[in-house]
Order: sequence, then C-alpha cells, then structure tokens
Amino acid sequence: MSNTRQLDDKVMVEMRGVNKWYGQFHVLKDVNLKVRQGERIVICGPSGSGKSTTIRCINRLEEHQKGDIVVADTVLNNDLKNIETIRREVGMVFQHFNLFPHLTVLENCALAPIWVRKTPRAEAEEIAMKYLRRVRIEEQALKYPGQLSGGQQQRVAIARSLCMNPQVMLFDEPTSALDPEMIKEVLDVMIELAEEGMTMLCVTHEMGFAKTVADRVIFMDKGQIIEENEPEAFFNNPQSERTQAFLSQILNH
Amino acid sequence: MSDLSKVRHEMLPDLPPPENTTGPVGWMRRHLFSSVTNTVLTLFTLYILYILLVPTIDWAFIKADWFGETRDACTSGGACWVFVTTRFSQFLYGFYPEELTWRINLAFILLAVQLVWLMIPKLPFKGIVSVLVLFVYPVVAFYLLYGGSFGLDVVETHKWGGLSLTLVLAVIGIVAALPFGVLLALGRRSEMPIVKSFCVVYIELWRGVPLITVLFMASVMLPLFVPAEVTFDKLLRALIGIVMFQSAYMAEVVRGGLQAIPKGQYEAAQALGLNYWKMMGLIVLPQALKLMIPGIVNTFIALFKDTSLVLIIGLFDLLAIVQAGLTDPKWLGYSVEGYAFVALMFWIFCFGMSKYSQHLERHFHTGHGSR
Repeated sequence: MSNTRQLDDKVMVEMRGVNKWYGQFHVLKDVNLKVRQGERIVICGPSGSGKSTTIRCINRLEEHQKGDIVVADTVLNNDLKNIETIRREVGMVFQHFNLFPHLTVLENCALAPIWVRKTPRAEAEEIAMKYLRRVRIEEQALKYPGQLSGGQQQRVAIARSLCMNPQVMLFDEPTSALDPEMIKEVLDVMIELAEEGMTMLCVTHEMGFAKTVADRVIFMDKGQIIEENEPEAFFNNPQSERTQAFLSQILNH
Repeated sequence: MSDLSKVRHEMLPDLPPPENTTGPVGWMRRHLFSSVTNTVLTLFTLYILYILLVPTIDWAFIKADWFGETRDACTSGGACWVFVTTRFSQFLYGFYPEELTWRINLAFILLAVQLVWLMIPKLPFKGIVSVLVLFVYPVVAFYLLYGGSFGLDVVETHKWGGLSLTLVLAVIGIVAALPFGVLLALGRRSEMPIVKSFCVVYIELWRGVPLITVLFMASVMLPLFVPAEVTFDKLLRALIGIVMFQSAYMAEVVRGGLQAIPKGQYEAAQALGLNYWKMMGLIVLPQALKLMIPGIVNTFIALFKDTSLVLIIGLFDLLAIVQAGLTDPKWLGYSVEGYAFVALMFWIFCFGMSKYSQHLERHFHTGHGSR
C-alpha cells in the first residue's frame, strides 16, 4: 500500500502548544500536532516520553494545563458537554484492553450505543454483531471477556470502540500486553481499519506496522516532539541524534 | 546426530491416579490420618465432640419437654421448651392484638414470596418484582402493620414486638442503609470538596459513636430539639438512628469495593462517552458490589444482631420480649431455654444471609481476574 496519498484538508485533531504538568513535573512541553481526516499517525519513543499522555489528552483522560486542543471541530475545554461530544467521536483502545468483565462480549459492544447514543437495544446488538464479525470474533459474542485470549480481547475492544462509529481512533500500545503469537491478529484488524480510511493515532513499538500503514511517524522524547516525517524518510534517514539512537536500539536486537 | 538430541514420537496415554488417593478413603488418609500426630489429634477431637454433643442432644431433644400449660409440665429433667411453646405467639408478635396477627403474617409472607422470586434465577419478570418489592411493598406493608386506612385499625407501634419487630427493624435498616451507604461512598471519593467533606464528616461522626448512644439520643435527646407539638414515633426515631448509623458503616464497605476496581475500567467507560452516573451505575458499581458481597453481608448480619439494642429504649424486640417473659415469677429459672431460643432464631436468619451471599458470589463469577 502506498503511504503517500491525497488526504482531505479537513483537520480532525489539532493540538496547539499543549503543555501538561503532573504536580511540578513537566510531562508535555509545547506539543503541536495537526491530524487530517483519514490520516494515520504512529507515535513512538522511549517509555516516559509522554506519547501515551499526548493521545490521552485528546479525549480528556488526562487534562492539559496550557494550549488548545480541537477535536472534530469541538474545542476541548472544561465544559462537560464538549468533553462528552468529543468522547462520542473518539474511540480508544488500551494496552490492557479494559473490557468490562461483568458483561458479555456482545453487551460490552452494545453498551455505549444503547446508553450514550440512545440506540434501541435490538439495533445496538445488530451493530455490535456487525463489528464483531469484522474483527472475526462473532462466534464468541456470548462469552465473557475472561474466557477469551488476549488477542481476542483486544479485537473485542476494537469492535467495542467501532460500535460508537467514531471519527478518530486512538490506540495506546494495543499490542504491548499480548503474547507474541497474538500480535498479528490484532495488527491485521488495525491494518484493515486503516485501509478503510479511519483517522488513527497509534502509540506503538510495532515498527513494521508503522512502515506499512503510517502516513507520518512521530518520535517523542522527554515530553517533546523530536522528529516527525513520512515513514520511509523517518526510518531510513532520521535527522535527530535521539531518533537515531532510539531506532538503533529497537531495530537492532 | 549428537547425544543431546532426544525426540518423542509417541504421546503417553492418560492413566487413572493410584488407588487410595481418591474418594472418601483417600480424603481421610490425606486430611485426618496423614501422620501419627494427626491421627492422635483426630481421635482426641472426636472424643471431645462426643463428651460435648451427647449430653447436649440428650438435654435439648431426648429428655426435653415440649408442650404443656405451666412449668409443671417440665418433669423429665431435660430442656423445658414449654416456656417457649406457650409464649410462642408473644415471641413472634409482641403485644400485637391477637385477632390482627394475620396482618403481620400476610406482610411477611408477601415479602418472602417476593424475595424467593428474586432469588430463584430461572423465574421471569425480575425487574417488575424488584420494583414491587422496593416501591409498592413498603406502602402495602406499612398499612398492613400500622393500619389506619383501607378499613384496617391502627395498631400503635408500642404494641409491636418480638421477632416481627426485629425483622421490621432489620429489613428496613438493611434496605435503607445500602443506597445511603453507596451514595456516601461515592461522595467520599468525589472531587467536589463540599460533597467530599460532608461525606467524610458524616461517616467519621457516626462511626465514632456507639449504636447505644445513637439510640439514646434518638429516644431522649431528639424530642428536646423539636417543638413539643411535633411527636415522632419512638420506633421511627430508632429506625432513623439505625439507618444513619449503619449507612456510615456500609459506606466504608462500599468504598473498599470501589477502590478495588482498576482505573482502566473508569477510563474505558469515559472513553466510550458514558457520563459519571452511567459509568458508576453500569460499569463500576456492578463490579464493585460483587466484590463487596462478603463485606455487605457482614454488615447486614451485624445490623441484624444490633437491632436487639433497641431494648434499652423500651422497644420489645425478640430478645427483650423473651427476657420479659423470663422475669415472670411463674417461669423463673428457665433462662437457658429462653436465650437458647433467641440465639437459635438469630442464628437461623444470619446463617441464611451468609449462605445466600455465598451463592451470590458463585452466581456472579464470570471467570476473570480483576481485568
């Protein structure tokens, strides 16, 4: 798949001069990021570099103290209404899946459409089955998450997010907690999603995924964006020393 | 090929375990007679049980007298259950007019039918029955027990007593303390400073005071603070005291359960766009309540037994009414039977709650860890 595509001009996520502190600790320093509709971004960097915090600011799982964030034309501020509007439009997949263990797979998926979008139950379950089929796990619909493997759980988590029909998907290290033999089944689902034109921001260490799918790779360190570029240039010809050091560590082992 | 190379071409079959390690014989060998010391301890324990149980059974059942009119019926030297059987209806109903006790019976049968309906997993209409039991039944039960409408005579609460009063106190206490406890626990974890401080102060205040003090205050001090025209029923005052006291305890149990829910569950719920109340009601509380079942039932059992403290403000619950019977000159000297009866009644209800909670824990287990 060619990574250089004609993208829409519509900006889906915009972060302008975003700063965040945990107490005295300055975790995000002047992060600027513009994501256009349909764009696929991979964020990488050493642990503690602020990459997860960056995407968690987009749906207000973390609050930023300075700067502006606009998601799907809604300004992210302290107005609960705006936060809820943004969360409806932004799906998120977590490292540890975070499925609801007391609900079946089907109930996990139908819950948000029913309670947030006010979809009638039968219709919501139809939607849920549609997306479960898409991640190839519909035969597990009546099981509980605890009965599934890690890879299956993560695919359910992706389906659960898709049931809200989001405009943007955030992935926070979706394969880091998986056994090696299950990583591929999750990446395959993510690649399909990318091919369908979903706007995606992925924090991941899967550099193969970044090479095939990303329009842009962003490298973060110490709370700042150090380098961003198209994947080919990013991997073959990194400009910053930090990027070079990071890439040599994760690629040559 | 090197010497280190080993390959298995045929898989081993499954074999049954060796004899004497399974079944009752194997169990006894492993748990009772696994060593000389264990064998001696087992035999010693059996001996102790023998010398304790045989006389007790002899006293309580074999040599006991069960029916009669007066203490003269107790001649055999065993337990004199006549004391209990002759006063049985008083122990159940207190001083409730005898011709009206059907109202108490009906109220409790209605409650029992609804609870059993909710407890049997296969029966349908659980939602409707829950609404009935929570919203319609209290009104029905009030008019049945107290009267004052629908052509039912008023029975003042000072005539209530015995096991039925104990159950009224316990059921209302349990049903009211849980929702208040949940709200207080949520409030204590709230990020709103006023709500949080109110809940912290409330919980710490009520937990720091003995229930007896609360009951004394409810019965003696509260009337001093309200105008003389306003009279609160004594039972109502005791009930309010019990509910406020127990909801503080319940709040801490619930808070413990809430803390066990991983942060990821909150984040997943928020990321899906659920607001605070939906997140709590649909995701966090159902999981937390499941974890809290042992703690909640523990509180319920404590509450059930604590209701007997109302005897100090002059309400005749089961314990108080049995004790009153023991002071009757005609029945002096049968306190063992009286207290044994009270203990048995309390134990039946508390053990029932305990058993049901274990069943609930198994029922809600969906095969997962904390994730």
